[in-house]
Amino acid sequence: MHTSRFRLAAVLAAAALVLSACGGDDGGDDGGDTGAGGGGDGDTLTIGIKFDQPGLGLRDGDTYTGMDVDIARAVAEKLGYSEDQIEFVETPSAQRETMLDTGQVDMIFATYSITDSRKETVQFAGPYFVAGQDLLVAADSDITGPDDLDGRILCSVAGSTSAQNVKDAVPGVQLQEYATYSECLEQLANGTIEALTTDDTILAGYAAQEQYAGQFKVVGNTFSTENYGVGLPKGDTDLCEEINGYLEELWEDGTMEQIIQDNLGPANYTPSDANPPEVGGHCG
Amino acid sequence: MLELIEEFNLLEAFWMTIKLALWSGFFALIIGTFVAILRVSPVGILNFLGTAYVNIFRNTPLTLIVVACSLVLWGQLGIEPASRDSATFIADLNFRLGVIGLSVYHAAFVCESLRSGVNTIPLGQAEAARSIGLTFGQSLRHVILPQAFRGAITPLGNTFIALTKNTTVVAAIGVAELALAMKNIAEFRSDVLLLGFAVIALAFVILTLPTGLLISHLSQRLAVKR
Repeated sequence: MHTSRFRLAAVLAAAALVLSACGGDDGGDDGGDTGAGGGGDGDTLTIGIKFDQPGLGLRDGDTYTGMDVDIARAVAEKLGYSEDQIEFVETPSAQRETMLDTGQVDMIFATYSITDSRKETVQFAGPYFVAGQDLLVAADSDITGPDDLDGRILCSVAGSTSAQNVKDAVPGVQLQEYATYSECLEQLANGTIEALTTDDTILAGYAAQEQYAGQFKVVGNTFSTENYGVGLPKGDTDLCEEINGYLEELWEDGTMEQIIQDNLGPANYTPSDANPPEVGGHCG
Repeated sequence: MLELIEEFNLLEAFWMTIKLALWSGFFALIIGTFVAILRVSPVGILNFLGTAYVNIFRNTPLTLIVVACSLVLWGQLGIEPASRDSATFIADLNFRLGVIGLSVYHAAFVCESLRSGVNTIPLGQAEAARSIGLTFGQSLRHVILPQAFRGAITPLGNTFIALTKNTTVVAAIGVAELALAMKNIAEFRSDVLLLGFAVIALAFVILTLPTGLLISHLSQRLAVKR
């Protein structure tokens, strides 16, 4: 009596395990495609983007919007891939190098700043855009730049280059760090913190969102330089130089400016004077 | 490896993890004991309150509790357990909010561990306490809880080890402990990512392995001889 009940329970547990493995259809397909695409010239191009940055890389149900996404599509088109051959994958900041290294993505367009430390593990095409670190404050705030921040509470994302820059630039600032920008925005909206700092493009993307319309303003006083590049795995420098060529074309024929206007225009965003940037020099 | 430790202040982060674990463990023990008493008391409404506490906090993810401490307790309700004048206002604030979140969550597990300790006591003990005229409070203090604690050393130790590892969750509100240091290493020195990973994992093993050995040793030495 007891053994047969025990056996029944064991069979049910095994069945549950098997069913849960079957149920993950999306996961299974993704794994297959990424494997094929990551191997080189597969049929799909796997591009890493951000899923949670409005205006730059945002996943809205099934659709992907944002400046980085549009630039990625334009470059993929020039490389010869059609719209439905592109697969977008999320690449959170801390995992970008690992995902390129292990072949989970073919290239990354995810507000990926070019730094020397990163160039030891990956290579970059570009830069395709130059952003600068800036401040987002309440629409009626009197903060006009990093010098007004002494003793005030500032917010940023843990482990980001922005948090580090501001700690170096303004030692007297109180820095609150969260895991995502949305939490910082929430605190800015209810007045608990006084400013949010990161790249001005990301700030513009957030300020342009409907639910925060009119509440915030980007100060417009950038205090660092962030060179956005296309992350590529080390090795194929020809592909890197090819993409450099395409990025220059996008700037020359005005596509880049159109993309920036479409995505960040609603926030009255004007790209800094360092644009268009000098493309090249970071391959290999 | 040594330059990695210096560059990212890993020793301070390690000390912060230890502080978080010790303070949260202390408060979790106090709150947990209190809730356990509620659950074993003869008064119906107190039973209900204790059970409700455990059901709510045991089933809510810790990340949610910790982030709610920052966004809701501080952001919306304005509860600031730190003084604005201090130069380390944000650091103190997040530390204390983190301790609040961690203790409240682990108190539910401490309560359940203690109740399992209470269940190891033969019913005759409570009956004997009653028959010699001890009140509920007195029988708890002199008969039940001493035996319950000694019987529950292993589950309490497990909870404490889980607490030590769960302190990484408070990185979500910006406390400068090991998980936050890990994020910084991933962002700024991604070329030594795996080494950083190994160092942080080693730090946790240094914390949890001796604790585990101590708990095993204590549970045998302090077991009630029946």
